[in-house]
Amino acid sequence: MKWLTTFFGSSIGKKLLMSLTGLFLILFLLIHLIGNLQLLKNDGGMSFNIYAKLMTTNPLIKFISYGNYFFILLHAFIGISLALYNRTAKGQKYAVAANNNTTWASKNMALLGTLILAFIFIHMGDFWLKMKLDQLPMVTYPGIEGEIKDLYFSVNETFKQPLFVGLYVIGMIILAFHLQHGFQSAFQTLGINHKKYTPIIKTIGLAYAILVPLGFAIIPIWHFLMK
Amino acid sequence: MSEDIKLNIKVWRQKNNKSAGGFETYPVNANEHMSFLEMLDVLNEDLVNQKKEPVAFEHDCREGICGTCSLVINGQPHGPNAGTTTCQLHMRHFKNGETIVVEPYRAKAFPVLKDLVVDRSAFDRIIQAGGYISVNAGQAPDGNAIPIGKNKAGKSFESAACIGCGACVAACPNGSAMLFTSAKVTHLGLLPQGEVEAERRTEAMVAQMDKEGFGMCSNIGACEAECPKEIKLDNIAFMNRSYFKAVFGGELE
Repeated sequence: MKWLTTFFGSSIGKKLLMSLTGLFLILFLLIHLIGNLQLLKNDGGMSFNIYAKLMTTNPLIKFISYGNYFFILLHAFIGISLALYNRTAKGQKYAVAANNNTTWASKNMALLGTLILAFIFIHMGDFWLKMKLDQLPMVTYPGIEGEIKDLYFSVNETFKQPLFVGLYVIGMIILAFHLQHGFQSAFQTLGINHKKYTPIIKTIGLAYAILVPLGFAIIPIWHFLMK
Repeated sequence: MSEDIKLNIKVWRQKNNKSAGGFETYPVNANEHMSFLEMLDVLNEDLVNQKKEPVAFEHDCREGICGTCSLVINGQPHGPNAGTTTCQLHMRHFKNGETIVVEPYRAKAFPVLKDLVVDRSAFDRIIQAGGYISVNAGQAPDGNAIPIGKNKAGKSFESAACIGCGACVAACPNGSAMLFTSAKVTHLGLLPQGEVEAERRTEAMVAQMDKEGFGMCSNIGACEAECPKEIKLDNIAFMNRSYFKAVFGGELE
């Protein structure tokens, strides 16, 4: 087992953990977005509430969601510890900042990541905690047995406030920059750097970094303007 | 004499490894055909004539192949030109009257010894850990005696162009030595003579690189942008693959 601890203690081992947890979270974002887009349906929140019930009661999804919380925390913990280590490894900064062909996001991943972590905590407090603590009104739908929690009501209430709409939009802009570097970087770490595939990965990565946060950001804006 | 240019050189002065150090600005009358190092020679002659301590900087071949010269010029290792070492950088790329900021490489693993001279022996120890072929590879073999695909030979040659100057570490905001180490791993690992020991080599060199206190790579790409020999990030991807293969596919020793 020593070989495995040596591996995860090495620079490349830690990189691999960042890459794999990052890729999992990238996939999670897409699934989360597909679920959330039901908030744009004009059915008074019925399909979204049924979906929310499934997400919080299905044992398989519950299992994956605990894995997801763990990966978010692991990604954040390794990322922040690497950033702190790198700061001491660099030592003194240059008097003149370099002007080379690198993205701003790539040099500020830890800052962006910390802001995203803070955003996740606020976001969980808004919806996840209310769902868990049973602070939501109940609704019944024809054809659905029993009462279910009206999470849609909570979403609607939150996005009536310009402060929260602004916060969510800014959160998604931060996420977009994090993904701009993170998506393609995850593949480079896995050792996938190839003249055939890298241009495709970079194009998909950029599209992903723009479209997924945009998809999320549309929801609070739409709720604020239309409801 | 329109080719003469007057410059102000704002240069890092540090007495030794223990002292604090700071910037000093000196006027220099240079010629635009001079290399950057020749311009510093002029500065040092002036300083010696004024009975002042000359600025310590490293140099050897002055033709861009030895990896001895360094310097961070206006924030860029080896200055503003792509694919150019400091010794091959000419003063015509600077404007008359310009103030040029000259700093030593910055990284914890490259401590400043004096002025612009840093200790790069960490690189030597990474090479000692595995940057070689253990058996005698003999004379240059006859052409096609050992078949090597053209692309592999070409890629290996590109990686072998690394002169070990440390610009990658200097450019990296994390102070990581991954581009250097990966260039050596790729150069040797792609060829049949070096492939035999590839797994052991990669593990040993990565372990030594980590031990030296270099930072962790986060795929920023500043190294690739500043490398005077234009070593590419795909070397790092190759090293990652080689390391995964060594760790997960290799035998327990």
